[in-house]
Amino acid sequence: MSRSSRGLYLIPYYLWMVLFVALPVVLVAYYSLFDIEGHFTFSNYANFFTPVYLRMTLSSFWYALLITLFSLLVAYPAAYALTRTKHKQLWLLLIILPTWINLLLKAYAFIGIFGTYGPVNSLFKAMGLGGHQILFNDFSFVFVSVYIFIPFMIMPIYNALEDINPTLIAASRDLGASSFVTLRRVIFPLTLSGVRSGCMAVFIPALSLFMLTRLIAGNKVITLGTAIEQHFLVTQDWGMGSTVAVFLILIMAVLMPIFGSGREVRK
Amino acid sequence: MKQLVRIFAVVLVVAFGLMALAAKLNSSQGYSGSNTLTIYNWGDYIDPDLITRFEQETGITVIYQTFDSNEAMLTKIEQGGTTFDIAVPSDYAIDKMKEENLLLPIDHSKIPNLSKIDPRFLNLDFDPDNKYSVPYFWGTVGIIYNPELAQGIEFKSWNDLWNAKLKNNVLLTDGAREIMGMSLNSLGYSLNETNEDHLQEALRKLEKLSPNVKAVVGDEIKMLLANGEAAAGVVFSGDAAEIMDENDTLDYVVPQEGSNLWFDNMVIPKTAKNLDGAHKFINFMLEPDVAAQNAEYVGYATPNQEALKLLPEDISGDTRFYPSAEVTSHLEVYKNLGKRMLGHYNELFLEFKMHKG
Repeated sequence: MSRSSRGLYLIPYYLWMVLFVALPVVLVAYYSLFDIEGHFTFSNYANFFTPVYLRMTLSSFWYALLITLFSLLVAYPAAYALTRTKHKQLWLLLIILPTWINLLLKAYAFIGIFGTYGPVNSLFKAMGLGGHQILFNDFSFVFVSVYIFIPFMIMPIYNALEDINPTLIAASRDLGASSFVTLRRVIFPLTLSGVRSGCMAVFIPALSLFMLTRLIAGNKVITLGTAIEQHFLVTQDWGMGSTVAVFLILIMAVLMPIFGSGREVRK
Repeated sequence: MKQLVRIFAVVLVVAFGLMALAAKLNSSQGYSGSNTLTIYNWGDYIDPDLITRFEQETGITVIYQTFDSNEAMLTKIEQGGTTFDIAVPSDYAIDKMKEENLLLPIDHSKIPNLSKIDPRFLNLDFDPDNKYSVPYFWGTVGIIYNPELAQGIEFKSWNDLWNAKLKNNVLLTDGAREIMGMSLNSLGYSLNETNEDHLQEALRKLEKLSPNVKAVVGDEIKMLLANGEAAAGVVFSGDAAEIMDENDTLDYVVPQEGSNLWFDNMVIPKTAKNLDGAHKFINFMLEPDVAAQNAEYVGYATPNQEALKLLPEDISGDTRFYPSAEVTSHLEVYKNLGKRMLGHYNELFLEFKMHKG
């Protein structure tokens, strides 16, 4: 194949990247420089550094961190158990299946499940624990978010676990390591790439969650995603909404290298 | 690779199959014809039987789409690319659309039924002489409460919501103007206040309400209140009527300090293609029997005085939803405060939501 024809094949790819990746980012940055009346200004950026938005950023980070942490705590043992089961494909399918259901539908289901008269509270009462308010607080928000994000954490960890050469584990055993030491010194370091990509796949979307903040947390949790939604749909202050989006992009750009691509670790 | 190709092939075949089926269904229902009328209305805001009747009487095919906030509707019409013949925005949104030249004037000679509207709902500030809009429904904002859960509190004033007995037992509707307006009203200010000191005072007062607020939610508020999830809620009168339809232990009150009086009017957006059909539809909706049937179905208050006479006494005589002229004279209609002020209201509202108390 000649050089020029190879370049020709790449045109659709470049076109796609420019139209749907580069251009939107440039547009967001461009809109962030205008105030609500369409005048050129940097005031949106100054406005971002007021207590309201800084607190919102902080709370977004805090909840995204909690969600990632709990997802990891549940997903790692689950992925590990998955590699040991007989019908791996079936279990995998069952884990992926909930992602086929619309997010809104799942959120509404949780309103029913966690409600004052929902099954969870009935169970509590039957067990003599009395009724509790489960909905519209930090617990319900983190719980439902973890539920929604968990498949995205399990998959990369599962793949990394599957990739481990079983002879390495056998060698560890032969050399006298206990199961726990094997897990800590052999298995976990070898799956670090999976853990990193899993954390990235959860943390970054969690940072800008917005629908669940209203449906499950009753707007008692406010994230940057909520602010963007409000500015675009309610106040029509596209400038401020774009500014928040610019900061989200910047934050993600800073985070990406920290999580790493995972590849280089495995060399 | 082979498998991948096969998967794509299957998806493509299914997609084309569905497309062909949809096209066939559309043409068999006459959607491809040129004689169509596109209506853009709030969700669950018309009796579907009336659309069928309109189609039968006029031979016009109706395409019906819905929105859930004035802002979402405005954004969509502003951006263009739509062909809505009729939209149903609220008062302040009509003012805004007028300002941005998004509306076409209504030809009153084609709407003889305009005479059936109660004069107190005509010629209002947001649209003098009803040049661009015709009333569809009207209502109030108030407190809906569940006497079984409210521990003997008799709701009369907005300030009753601040009662310490209601800890974690109040639901609020997710609207900056409604909630800021409620706080302003409770302090004796106008809900169109623009004085910064008064707005800050209203925010501080709202922050004191935080311990009582269980959640700030959207349309879910109806389901939650009907299920008895909270003792009280701040809602639109029509939502209240719907909730009480499902659970009749609840009651609705318009607080004595005053509240919002709102109107949803029919307008013809600039994007309209079927002007004649749009006028026919507006006139049709003002027929007394049509308006009465619609009011009974939707639960909001009709501005049509002829229709009111046709409604059963237990609806038209219900002063909670058809307050007297004396009561409505205390209520305020939202003014279009401009984008900057609306942005400010919203930022204050966000600050209230973030307040942990």
